[in-house]
Amino acid sequence: MKKIMMLFAAVFLALSIGTARAELINGAGATFPYPLYSKWAYEYAKSTGLKLNYQSIGSGGGIKQVAAKTVDFGASDAPLGAKDLAKSGLMQFPMAIGGVVPVVNLPGVNPGQLKLTGDVLADIYLGKITKWNDQRIASLNPGIKLPDNKITVVHRSDGSGTTWIFTNYLDKVAADWKKGVGFGTAVNWPTGVGGKGNEGVATYVKRIKNTIGYVEYAYATQNKLIHTQLKNKAGNFVDPAIETFSAAAESADWKNTPGFAVVLTDQAGKNAWPIAGATFILVQKNATECAKAKEVLKFFDWAYRNGGQMATSLEYVPIPKAVYEIMEAAWTREIKCNSQPIWGK
Amino acid sequence: MDSKRYDSARIGDAVFKGTAWFFAASVIALMALIFAVLLKESWLSINAFGLGFIWTSTWDPVAMQFGALPSIYGTIVSSAIAIVIAVPISIGIAIFLTEMAPKRLKGPIGAAIELLASIPSIIYGMWGLFIFAPFLSEHVEPFLIDYLGFIPLFTGAPLGIGMLPAGFILAIMIIPFISSVSRDIFQMVPPMLKESGYGVGATKWEVIRKIVLPYTRSGVIGAVILGLGRALGETMAVTFLIGNAQEIHASLLEPATSISATLANEFTEAVEDLYLSSLVELGLILFVITFVVLGLAKLLISRFSYQGGKF
Repeated sequence: MKKIMMLFAAVFLALSIGTARAELINGAGATFPYPLYSKWAYEYAKSTGLKLNYQSIGSGGGIKQVAAKTVDFGASDAPLGAKDLAKSGLMQFPMAIGGVVPVVNLPGVNPGQLKLTGDVLADIYLGKITKWNDQRIASLNPGIKLPDNKITVVHRSDGSGTTWIFTNYLDKVAADWKKGVGFGTAVNWPTGVGGKGNEGVATYVKRIKNTIGYVEYAYATQNKLIHTQLKNKAGNFVDPAIETFSAAAESADWKNTPGFAVVLTDQAGKNAWPIAGATFILVQKNATECAKAKEVLKFFDWAYRNGGQMATSLEYVPIPKAVYEIMEAAWTREIKCNSQPIWGK
Repeated sequence: MDSKRYDSARIGDAVFKGTAWFFAASVIALMALIFAVLLKESWLSINAFGLGFIWTSTWDPVAMQFGALPSIYGTIVSSAIAIVIAVPISIGIAIFLTEMAPKRLKGPIGAAIELLASIPSIIYGMWGLFIFAPFLSEHVEPFLIDYLGFIPLFTGAPLGIGMLPAGFILAIMIIPFISSVSRDIFQMVPPMLKESGYGVGATKWEVIRKIVLPYTRSGVIGAVILGLGRALGETMAVTFLIGNAQEIHASLLEPATSISATLANEFTEAVEDLYLSSLVELGLILFVITFVVLGLAKLLISRFSYQGGKF
């Protein structure tokens, strides 16, 4: 009996040491970038032998855990405000960019054919525009025969960064939306049906006629949903694409925004897609384990420089070089261990 | 001379009694602890909204205004729909299996029902979303709207998701529970009672109606409550089908929400303390509802079993 117990203890010990070494870096947070981070972690482990364990428990959980120092980094789809960052002693930087795309199910309408503006989109989601052949939709789309059917609005039922980006855009472009609903990871929807996750919204839009919904770009392309064009701040109608998302990221003022809390909706660039957003990484500013904190930054540096191709293949937009150079300079300035910077020359 | 053996037996008894007590008490302690933790974590929300939380229907995470009424309403109505559909079907299945089915059918049908009970709820949810909802929206709901649309319960657009579809899927999920428990209970009716019934010339229907059902009434109610308990707390399948809208509509075809669906949807991204606390308070309310329902069931069973003894 004793021998068996000893054996168990030995095996358990060996396993726990094994896992402790294997999962050197622990992160937790947003679900949206999970496929990308796990792909990066896999490739990084192949080339360096260092393992990274990312748990997609949601932005809320990620922020809590990194603030409590139970993980090495957190991830959030919505940027934290400078005040919240200071309170928890955190620094944030963007890791990838995504776009949110309005999608419709209208028989006879092709992808990219339907044109919408921000205030029309807001009034559809407010329940003020209820029919597809409403004068305001029709005047934007003179060439399309729109049906005399009720619009069924589909939104996310779960709290999500996608909703945050989408409602933030509506909040910026429509005064009624700002007054009545506001923005957040979950809001009090005036109308519509809630689908769980991007896949839930995509399924509803695919199955139910006369619907409009919003999903992450990858879900729109994978499910072959019919996306709309949107009018951006510069007054141009643009299609959602990697290029128009990048255009939004490049036209943002990263350098002068406190805490890099840049919101990429309604950006001024000529070709900027108006509903873009970055997903962020959060780390402690005052690291307690110097070597480990450096390993974390090394991984993200590697991802900035070598991860672009992998990001694009998964329909994420990589952070432009000009932007990540600003971030890495900020690492040197802001992240310290024993009052010494841990990154840079 | 055997005092030593006697003593050790007495010690053994005492140890056994103590252990049994401990296990029994730990169930109560666990429940009390769950209740205490729920109460503690929802204290912030209870302080902020008071009792009004229960009958307020605003759920606004942006303005930090929370009310539980749409969730409570959806939980109760969807479970009620499920019970109304599931109880007659389940009892029919159980009666067929115990009183009518030929022997070679009893085994396979019984096994099939038990298999249904072991399917994970996420599978019911996916099936509901991908197959059942389109079927409802194309074939069942247009019919309801056309022919029963004069009743407010059946107005609106045939989306295939909403309160009624959620009730349907819940019914499908609890039928195996209610029918397999009812079958076991029907099998406990003493054959002598039934044979005396047949002996005095009663038909099969009369034996079932006048002997089997009265004899087993309390057990069947217990089975129904078991199903109701499951329906009240069911999460994934409901989340997929109920439409997840914090609204209260008269029509069963409109989207709604339930307590467990709201929790499943919003827990992961709830960052602010008050938001999280309100979600926990929803959990507390579900705990109380389930507790009250089970308590009422116990009360009903004790009354009926007394009458059942006399029948």
